[in-house]
This record gives sequence, structure tokens and C-alpha cells, in this order.
Amino acid sequence: MHDLRAGPYLCLVPRTMLAQQLVNGVLLGATYALFALGFTLTFGVLRVVNLTYGFYFTAGAFLALWLTRHLGAPIWVALPVASVGAGLIAVVIDFLLLTRLRRKNAPELASLMVTIGGVLALYAGMTAWVGPDVQRLPPGLISAEAYDIAGLRITQAQILILVATAVLVAALLFLLRGTRLGLALRAMAERPDAAGLMGINTGRAAALVSFLSGLLAGAGGVLIGLNFNAIQPFMGESMMLRGFVVIIVGGLGDIRGALIAGLLLGVLEVLTAGYLASSLKEAVAFMILVAVLWTRPQGLFGTSTVRRA
Amino acid sequence: MSLLSLHGVTVAYGRTEAVHALDLEVGAGQVVCMIGANGAGKTTTMRAISGLIRPRAGRIVFDGTDIAGLRPHQVAALGLLQVPEGRQVFAELTVDENLTLGAWLVSDRGEIARRRDQVLQRFPRLRERLGQLAGSMSGGEQQMLAMGRALMGQPRLLLLDEPSMGLAPMFVDEIFAIITALKNEGTTILLVEQNASAALEVADTAYVIETGTIVLHGPADEVADNPAVARAYLGG
Repeated sequence: MHDLRAGPYLCLVPRTMLAQQLVNGVLLGATYALFALGFTLTFGVLRVVNLTYGFYFTAGAFLALWLTRHLGAPIWVALPVASVGAGLIAVVIDFLLLTRLRRKNAPELASLMVTIGGVLALYAGMTAWVGPDVQRLPPGLISAEAYDIAGLRITQAQILILVATAVLVAALLFLLRGTRLGLALRAMAERPDAAGLMGINTGRAAALVSFLSGLLAGAGGVLIGLNFNAIQPFMGESMMLRGFVVIIVGGLGDIRGALIAGLLLGVLEVLTAGYLASSLKEAVAFMILVAVLWTRPQGLFGTSTVRRA
Repeated sequence: MSLLSLHGVTVAYGRTEAVHALDLEVGAGQVVCMIGANGAGKTTTMRAISGLIRPRAGRIVFDGTDIAGLRPHQVAALGLLQVPEGRQVFAELTVDENLTLGAWLVSDRGEIARRRDQVLQRFPRLRERLGQLAGSMSGGEQQMLAMGRALMGQPRLLLLDEPSMGLAPMFVDEIFAIITALKNEGTTILLVEQNASAALEVADTAYVIETGTIVLHGPADEVADNPAVARAYLGG
């Protein structure tokens, strides 16, 4: 009845299976949401479909791999450091690729093309450097022991995912909603020129947005790397496909929409893998995307955006 | 000495020159207006002053410093604040948030609160709408918000780009009453307007711009009396 090859989640008693699947799905979806949040933030504030974004996911995972393998860093050090590192990489790449275009008010298509070229070069460079093979985090980085909570099996990695995602999402929402800086970012999302006239340094604000989005992607990369214990250069690419699905289903630039759509996608993928076939989960994601675009091109959750956060 | 002076400023979009070798002076405490037809280069001149577009040639001197080529936030930090054409309020933020952004360069909370009170005294309508989204207000109210937002920054020079454009006559009168009040308090203003008669009435000095070049300038009342100006811009 079930495809036992689909994953470790499925070695469970059938009675709690659905509940277990839902928990696994929500946790996977949380990382999707985290990743999509950064993507929607760059799009919402900087108005660029930045295809290099997936690379920061890869970068975060590899930084964590390096920190844990070569420096013996524990995961609670590797996660924040790798995330910040990915954020800094995002600032540099964004500056090199896009600042010039932004100053010249270049058409969006120009930015899109530049990021396509950029991301191909980045993945090629990364693959040449570290090789195309899947790499594993050092054994014992996080205990494989699982807790039994009300009949549900929850691993330590999953708890870390839950806590890290909750903290990052809460921090981002507080920044956007509760601070003057967030107000400036929301203003810039709506009218970059007028924001400049207020005295807001839009170049620096753009760098901050790049940093935050790279940080979120990087954190996502570490958490997914940890969850599946598989790290390879193109992991960011398959994540980008999901990022697109989530931000389009959630509504472009819509923070709340990205959160909900990310969770939904995670749950649907796990359910598809559990009850249909693991190989179908990506197809399901794209069928949802097409269905949403056909019926509600503005996304499922209306038109609110980063500006209203 | 003038607070702001433009010397031979040329601005081009691609190969098309929108403003050619433009000279202009704004003395401290003066209201200077620039009138001209749609597309004559008024807004381009304003955008060049506030740093939204980099002039191809010429100097823009504000209080002794050449500001040509500075970024908008650097120009704003010098106290040169622009109310842009089309108002450009942050439609998806509240009125209060718009005002807060106007004081972005001020960090002292008490000072921000004090300025907010002053602005709300000047624009009592905004007080009733503080929590409302700016985009939900009428054009006239949005214009008041855009002006209030700029005043939150206590401009040394206020640039007003077409403040009466697209407004109901009642609001046009109200906006010009506010400009007159600001003038009487000693605010230095550079005003760009298509409503030439109202602009010439409030201004001390006037410039007439045609296809990117100043064709006439002088005391506002003399410019208003010029038969060519009367014919072209004042409907008489």
C-alpha cells in the first residue's frame, strides 16, 4: 500500500501515519516557507526576480558543511554562522550583478537575464570546486534520536527546524512591522524614488534586503541539508522551483502568503510521497502552480505585499 | 548670495536633451516659480536638483556646495526636500507612517513628535486621517500629505513640483494658501507649476521655460505683465 522507499518517515504504525505525515510535512513546509520568504522579500522590495537566490541556499549548506567538518563546529554555531555567511555572499553577488542595473532603472528583463547568467556561472564554479557528488554532514552532528510525543516521532533535526524557522520568521516580521527601518523598507518596496527623497539610502537598504534574503536562504539550506543529510551544489536549483511555486501561489511579495503556501507545499509533498509515489511530489507542486495561475493569477491570498507585510 | 543656483545644467534621457544649459537662482527666503508647458523640462529640472537624475553637464550649487551627481538621500540630508510630481505618497502605508518617513533623517523622537504636531496644525485634515492608508485619500488630501511629509524634514529649500496638478479648484486654492503661509514664515521655495497665474501671484521671481531652455526670467509681476507670457500661459 505504501512505498517504503519514499523515506524514513514511513516506517510507522499505520494508525498514526497520517498525523506523522502531517507533522513531517509541516516541518518540511516550514523550511520551504523560510526559503520562499527571502525570495519574496527581494522581489517585493527590490522588484527583481533574482535567480541567483537559489545559490545562497547551496552556499548556506556548504558553509555549514565546511564549518562542521573542518572546524568541528557544533550545529548551533554552524547554523547561524553559515546563514550570515550566505547573507554576505548575497550582498556581494547582488552588488556585482544588479547595482548598476538598478541605478540605471534598467528593465526587469535585463535584471532577470543577468541573474540567469550569474547563477549558471555560480553553480558551474561551485561544482568545479567541490565536485557534483552528494556530501554528508559529519556523523553525530545532531543526535539521530527521536522523541516520542503523543505517539509522533520527532527528530532533533526537526525540532531545530521548527525553532529556527519560528525565530527567523518572527524576527523578520518584527523588523518589517515593528521598526522604523522596516517602515523604510516597506516604503522603498512601494516607491523607491520617493523613499530616496525622504533621505533613505536606497542603495544601503537594497544591500540590507539582499543580506536578509541570503540569510533566510542560507538558513534554509543548512536545515534542509540537515534534515535529509545530503548536500550537493545543485540543491539550490530544485529549491528554486519550489520557491517559485510558493511565492506565486502565495502572491508575489506577500509575506503571509509565502508562509502559508510554503507549509501547504511541504504537507502536499510529504502526503504525495507517502500515499502516491515519491517521484510524483515535484509534479504535484507544479500542478498546483498551474491550477493557481489559471484560477487566481494574483495568488491565493489577495494582493497584500511586503509593503503591508 | 543665492541659496541654490543652477549653472549651465543639461539633462538628457538617452540622446534626447530634456533640459539645455539651464541657469536658475533661488535666493534664501524667496519663492521662485518656474512656469512652462507640459514637457518643457520643469520636472526634469526638479529631478536633477534632487538627485533622481544625474545632469549631463553643469553645476548645481546649494549653499556653496556642488550637489550635481549626489544621490537623492544625500541631497535630502542637506535640507533640500522635494514634493514630487504626482504627490508620490506611500499609498499602502498610513498617513502617520508617511509623516514618520518624512522625518527619516531625524532620530530624536521628541523632535519628531514636535514636528508632527506642527504639520498636523497646518493640515488639520490629516489629523482626522492619521490611521488611514494614504492611498485611500482624495488627491487634494494626498497633496497635503506629500507637503506635510516634506515639512517633517524642515526643508532649507522646499521643491514643489506641480502641487496643484489634477486637484479640484477648492483644493488648488487651499494649496496656494498654504504656499503663501509658508512664504510668509520665510520658507525658501522653488515652485514648478502649470497653473501659471496662481504661481506668478505667490512668487517673487519667475522663470519661463520652453523646450528645455529658460526664455524669460525676472520679478514675478514683470513676467506676469509680459504680453507673450500673458498670451501663452495666462489665457489673456
